[in-house]
Amino acid sequence: MGAPLFVNMEETISIILFGIGFTMLLLHRNLIKKIMGMNIMDTAVYLFLAVKGYINGRMVPIVVDGIQDVSAYINPVPSGLVLTGIVVSVSTTALMLALTIRLYERYGSLDLDEILIRMKEEERP
Amino acid sequence: MSRIRDNYENSRCLKIKKWIDGEVDLLASGVEIEAPEEAKEAALPESDLPNPAWQPGMRRPKAAKRRRRNRDGRDIRYFRRIYQLMSVFLCLAIIFILLWTVSYLPAFGNAGNPDNNEVSARYIESGLQETGAVNIVTGMILDYRAFDTFGESCVLFIASCCVLVLLRIDAADGDARARKRLREADDRVFEPKNDVILQRCACVMVPLIMVFGIYIILNGHLSPGGGFSGGAVLGSGLILYLNAFGFKETERFFTEKVYRRVTLSALTFYCLAKSYSFFTGANHLHSGIPLGTPGAILSSGLILPLNICVGLVVACTMYAFYTLFRKGGM
Repeated sequence: MGAPLFVNMEETISIILFGIGFTMLLLHRNLIKKIMGMNIMDTAVYLFLAVKGYINGRMVPIVVDGIQDVSAYINPVPSGLVLTGIVVSVSTTALMLALTIRLYERYGSLDLDEILIRMKEEERP
Repeated sequence: MSRIRDNYENSRCLKIKKWIDGEVDLLASGVEIEAPEEAKEAALPESDLPNPAWQPGMRRPKAAKRRRRNRDGRDIRYFRRIYQLMSVFLCLAIIFILLWTVSYLPAFGNAGNPDNNEVSARYIESGLQETGAVNIVTGMILDYRAFDTFGESCVLFIASCCVLVLLRIDAADGDARARKRLREADDRVFEPKNDVILQRCACVMVPLIMVFGIYIILNGHLSPGGGFSGGAVLGSGLILYLNAFGFKETERFFTEKVYRRVTLSALTFYCLAKSYSFFTGANHLHSGIPLGTPGAILSSGLILPLNICVGLVVACTMYAFYTLFRKGGM
């Protein structure tokens, strides 16, 4: 297991980044830090996709000098997927931050447990 | 007999059973585990505690609740410890499983990897002839997969709409609290009037940033870039201008009405331009728009106008996010 992991070092790093983001998502109670963890997970996914599209010793997929050989360029498909991912990540981050602001205005706390307690207290007669 | 019953009711077993049944929530009985000043306060008689109206950022002091909290504090501590242990274990398990999968993936950067299949070969070999774009990625996302990009623009637009719904402060429906929030959020009162350093820097930087953003958008089919990155650059230029000169100057040319019109017309043009195949229902329909010489700025058919549309939507959305988060309106 060790040698293939070292050969696929970029994928390994992206998996570890993903794990760090997921751990932040679970262990932190602060909503802002949860959103940061989510963004780290997004970044790990971009890294993984970009790595999957790369081919050693080839150029960016922009046609120069009329060369249209497959063996000259890297894979253009993952680049487009990363673009989609970035846009969706920006949108969801903005939405989550707006929701966090509303929650803070309503309950006066960024701590998720604190917010849940306040909700339960308000439900009680 | 009753003593045994009491023991059972106080035992951890019943509590866990109740918790599993969902009758009590351990979290509901308090979150602070050991706060020394809180323990001191709990020793005070109840009448000494102030009882103000609840406001954001203030805890409701209740002596009875605090007593119960002290009793259940140990359970919560156990629960939290178990939760942390379980989540660390879960994360390590996920990382281990994913790393195990990575060790079976094909080697990095190898041309024979299964993702370098006939799809990307087709894009590279005939992308220039079919779309007219020198940048193959732009040709891919704005011609072959143009509906995907349309969806992305709509996602951005819908996200800004949702943020508008969530953060908008409306003075019209206003009770006193809404008006107070409006006054607090309206930082035109507080923003620096004449920050000379920022204004001089912005005088130099904003035109450069704008020109750079327009360059990226217009050259999206010739060089790295395109609507999304150029739009983000344009939006950051607008935000810098807003920070330097304030809302009064910005609202001479960019209000909510302008935002609505620009975004809607860009999205509508995109939709109409790319949905001709829906209306005609043809598979091998030729668009009739000349592709031009590859490498010229006016080439590659619809890609340039579509890039401009996407750039406008992205720039407006970035600016809208900033103003909404800053003062709850545009």
